[in-house]
Amino acid sequence: MTDLLWLVIALPLAGAVSLHFFGRYLKEPLSGWLASAAIGAAFVIAAVAAVPFFQGGEEASTIALWEWMPAIGASLELLWDPLAALMTLVVTGVGTLIHIFAIGYMHGDDRFPRFFTNLNLFAASMLTLVLAGNYAMLFLGWELVGLCSYLLVGFWFTRPTAAAAAKKAFVVNRIGDVGFMVGLMLVFATFGTLSFSGIFERAGDELTGGLATAIGLLILVGAAGKSAQIPLYVWLPDAMEGPTPVSALIHAATMVTAGVYVIARSAPIYEFTPFASTIVASVGALTAIWAASIALAQRDIKKVLAYSTISQLGFMFLAVGATAYVAGIFHLMTHAFFKALLFLGAGSVIHAMGDEQDMHKMGGLLRKTPITAITMGVGALALAGIPPLAGFWSKDEILAADFARGGWFYFLWVIGLVTALLTAFYITRLWVLVFLGEPRWDEDAHPHESPRVMTLPLIALAVLSVVGGLVNTPFRLALEHFLEPSFELVSVQHATDDVVMLVILAGLSTLAALAGAGAGWLAYNRPPQRWRRFEDSFEPLWGTWEAAYGVDDLYGRVLVAPGMKLADVSAFNVDAGIVDGAVNGVGRLVRNVGEWTRPLQTGFVRNYGVLFLGGALVVVVWLVAGG
Amino acid sequence: MVPVDWYMGLAAALFLIGALGMLLRRNALVMFMCIELMLNAVNLTLISAGRVMNDLNGQVAVFFILVVAAAEVVVGLAIIVAIFRRRSTASVDELSELRG
Repeated sequence: MTDLLWLVIALPLAGAVSLHFFGRYLKEPLSGWLASAAIGAAFVIAAVAAVPFFQGGEEASTIALWEWMPAIGASLELLWDPLAALMTLVVTGVGTLIHIFAIGYMHGDDRFPRFFTNLNLFAASMLTLVLAGNYAMLFLGWELVGLCSYLLVGFWFTRPTAAAAAKKAFVVNRIGDVGFMVGLMLVFATFGTLSFSGIFERAGDELTGGLATAIGLLILVGAAGKSAQIPLYVWLPDAMEGPTPVSALIHAATMVTAGVYVIARSAPIYEFTPFASTIVASVGALTAIWAASIALAQRDIKKVLAYSTISQLGFMFLAVGATAYVAGIFHLMTHAFFKALLFLGAGSVIHAMGDEQDMHKMGGLLRKTPITAITMGVGALALAGIPPLAGFWSKDEILAADFARGGWFYFLWVIGLVTALLTAFYITRLWVLVFLGEPRWDEDAHPHESPRVMTLPLIALAVLSVVGGLVNTPFRLALEHFLEPSFELVSVQHATDDVVMLVILAGLSTLAALAGAGAGWLAYNRPPQRWRRFEDSFEPLWGTWEAAYGVDDLYGRVLVAPGMKLADVSAFNVDAGIVDGAVNGVGRLVRNVGEWTRPLQTGFVRNYGVLFLGGALVVVVWLVAGG
Repeated sequence: MVPVDWYMGLAAALFLIGALGMLLRRNALVMFMCIELMLNAVNLTLISAGRVMNDLNGQVAVFFILVVAAAEVVVGLAIIVAIFRRRSTASVDELSELRG
């Protein structure tokens, strides 16, 4: 079945190409269904190809497609191992549901087929990234998803904010990409190849501690850009300008997890650098609590989810940094379920409210949109980490693994625990503000439940958010066994075997989740003036959180403004003055010399004759004089 | 036998006449004839020198010059005729389009 694996990438790509050329004839909703069918078929193929891994004992295989640059070990080749299989199934599975949801959400948009062109192109790029058998092909996918993110964030490019957000996402990602690229060059300089198999098997022989640390930190720079970690997270909240299915697909479930995937994939390199791993975990923990605190105070429903995503990605970094790769990938998977669900739910709410995103103007939607409310409630509980939903198992495993690692990681564990509490609080706040209480809508809002094409994906994701965590519980570590072949070269951090300790840790994180959720419920399930006063009582902290610590302003003043100034000076002083001046100067010199010599050309033959004769005479005299 | 200096003197005189005519006359046809005069003055020196030095190369060179001159005359006359047809004048002072 692995012979057909190339179709997993080719089908969405074919969908994108055909929709690009013929989408306008297919119109709505046929083009959407075609795109959904393309990625759905990719899911089926991937699922069938992954069956041997589920049965166990199957080795990873490399499928060579085309010799691209054999000299640097960069061919188009697919690495089909459990990790790639899991990522492919998440991308295609969640992706299919989001594609279907988008058919309803994008209804009536002028450029409906173009949206699905980009969505399919994104799916093909993301699958290139996760199926790549070497760093070069991975980087190809890495850049392509960045491009698709740009196209989709800026899908409504006639809004200046959307165009600016798309540009910002692209530029910030580019900063991370530079680090990643330098890291890859270092990898190539060390190993002479970019192929995964060639690198990982020889990592122990070639890598010194310092080199491994350098590579690890440079990969972290790239991952921090793509996965929106401190200090490069600022693009993700702005990226919410894109249509909501884009936020769900790219900025929650798939693309932003690419950084986590790359670190997990590079685990054999991190194996030799505990220092870089600790930095990864610390960045993750800091990002988790930082973004969670910002999410507390946001009014825009999508902004809450955006900061929540940053925070949860921080959790994943916390896991892979503690070398608990399985826990990180596990959380990546469950997060893809419940965060896609929450985003799509938010999309359904926004759709119902007629493009209103301010939670202060919602309320009481439970009766108007019951399916959205209940499914989002499930997603909220899963995110909060209430057992036995998906988020509980994965988050708990991350915290337990950090605790088991000890030392500095005790501190990170505390941060994680506090973040879990904040997470439960803000997501409860979101749900209560949107669905409970008295309606605070504008006069002309007429909320209605979304069509079935939107609610069915919500229900499917809600089911996954409930049962998704059961694939890896302390009672049955199925995912761990499944992923074992991918991490056989590294020592994966596990939670403690001590049952009592495990129960205590689980109890603590459950307690944190319940406390956060309870506080959120008590604070917000009250009349508006009461919870407004509650928020005011936290001033000026609340305002700081609502303004996201003013990081955007800071970056604007410290980085963007000098950058603009530099560009300005380069464009209008250096380029216009010095470069253009030199070019114009040469032109003026030639012109002046010509101006000065042109009277020589009188146009009278006689003058030329005299000069000619005079010249000949000079030559003759010179010859005769014995020159 | 006439001394070779006389031939050289004649050639110099012919060349001078040709050069002066070239510079002073305005009629393109006359200037053209002056050029021929100068060419033939040179031919004369070549033959004379060849004779004195007892070297046939002088005469060989003259044959080449005659051939080239004939070809040049064909082209030159054609150009002059063409100019005359267009402008109904053959005065070179009128033809100063290439003035800088």
